Amino acid sequence: MEPLIALRGVTKAWGAAGSRLALSRVDLDIAEGEFVCLCGPSGCGKTTLLNLIAGLERPTSGEVTVRGAPVRGPGPERTVMFQESALFPWLSVQRNVEFPLEMAGVPRAERAARVERYLKMVHLWRTRDSHPHELSGGMRQRAAMARALVGEPSILLMDEPFAALDAQTRDVLHAELERIWLETRKTVVFVTHNVREAARLGDRVVMMGTRPGRITRDLAVKLARPREANDQDVTTLAGVIERELKIEIEKVIREELDDAWTPAGGGLPGAAGRDLGGGI
Amino acid sequence: MGFLALLVAIWAVASRSGDRFLFPGPDDVALALRDSVRSGLLPRAVLKSMARLLVGYSVSLVAGVALGVALARVRWVKDTLGAVVLGLQAIPSVCWLPLALLWFGLGEMAIQVVVVLGSLLSITLATESAVNTIPPLLVRAARTMGATGGMLWLRVILPAALPGIVSGARLGWTFAWRSLLAGELLFISGGLGQVLELGRELHDMALVLGVMVVIVALGLASDRLLFGQLEAKVRRSWGLDRA
Repeated sequence: MEPLIALRGVTKAWGAAGSRLALSRVDLDIAEGEFVCLCGPSGCGKTTLLNLIAGLERPTSGEVTVRGAPVRGPGPERTVMFQESALFPWLSVQRNVEFPLEMAGVPRAERAARVERYLKMVHLWRTRDSHPHELSGGMRQRAAMARALVGEPSILLMDEPFAALDAQTRDVLHAELERIWLETRKTVVFVTHNVREAARLGDRVVMMGTRPGRITRDLAVKLARPREANDQDVTTLAGVIERELKIEIEKVIREELDDAWTPAGGGLPGAAGRDLGGGI
Repeated sequence: MGFLALLVAIWAVASRSGDRFLFPGPDDVALALRDSVRSGLLPRAVLKSMARLLVGYSVSLVAGVALGVALARVRWVKDTLGAVVLGLQAIPSVCWLPLALLWFGLGEMAIQVVVVLGSLLSITLATESAVNTIPPLLVRAARTMGATGGMLWLRVILPAALPGIVSGARLGWTFAWRSLLAGELLFISGGLGQVLELGRELHDMALVLGVMVVIVALGLASDRLLFGQLEAKVRRSWGLDRA
């Protein structure tokens, strides 16, 4: 089957004469209905990759296609959720959620019905008249989720949408997102640096490395849904991903800090000094 | 209010102990104001000044916001007019008057030029900075929701910049008011500034002080009632002030 989203040899360079490679020759296929987590240390280009799919940025070389057509800019079939809600502060929650429908020229009566449906889906119907600054961080992200879904896109792009929330709120929103995804079966591309979040949510975890930004491992997750944050399988998988990523993360830290820095014990996979319980 | 009453009381006492002619008390000023209201001098002057202010300020507001937006968003406008605007901002508005008088004669056009030049640039600079400091994330988000071109401007960029534009408009109003009075005081007939000058010529200090009180009252009232309310409302619904 033809993939819904395809990246072919995608390179993105920044700086003077493309001195820094954010992404180097990345190939990635994403099938319709998949929940893909992009996971990696800061600077690995995961957000850049998301922005390329969103059409907010253009690749330096290579091609991004959706349903076989090259991406030339943002489009209504791809919506984005950011780490900050990016709700318009001058509009009520209801009018914020209505905004994409207005831009798409949806008639007023239909707009009202769809806004109501999606606000109820994220449980914000009661607070529809509030302004964004009157809401908690979690509520703002719920509103942003309703706004991203209301235009009924086939692809939902999420750029660390829960990273700024406290752990409890994040757990609740993970469950909500999973429920909504099971209901609507969107294709989701979810960027995170949180390995537990990736293991909790993804059908696939695509791990990325830095300098240059590239895909290091593509891991299929075959765990039953709905999942729980504390499922043993999720925890185990998070551990596996974390060990894979550790090498890359240490590479980043080593570049940022002084030469004298060394990873703490057990840092590298299979490193000596790990206590296996032999001292009992 | 109590503090204001105290100030008036101190004024009354101070004027008793000095030269009543050069420093009239609040009672003399009140009488002078009453007379000038009865004769129609003051109401006519206030109406005249306000009408001028409204015309000049409207022009400033529309042109200032448009120019500010252009400076913020259009590269070649910034490269050409950017330095000119900053430079002209250094000229006190009343310094335009000699030029305006020679170009346009002793009339409405000259005073309007002074009012517009006095307030336009502050509105322009405030608008430019307001548009420049919009969170880029809002524009990116709007683009992913299909907002482009005119819609992006009308529905996202201008609303996002509105609190800053309103502050600039408030400042511009004050500058327009000052420019107008300076112009009227110096050359132009009709209006509050001229009544002030008339008081000086007649050595009527009570009238002079009375007009100054009226200027303060009008300035305060328009600032508080018009712009204070508007700014507070915008800031509140934009979430910039936590209630």
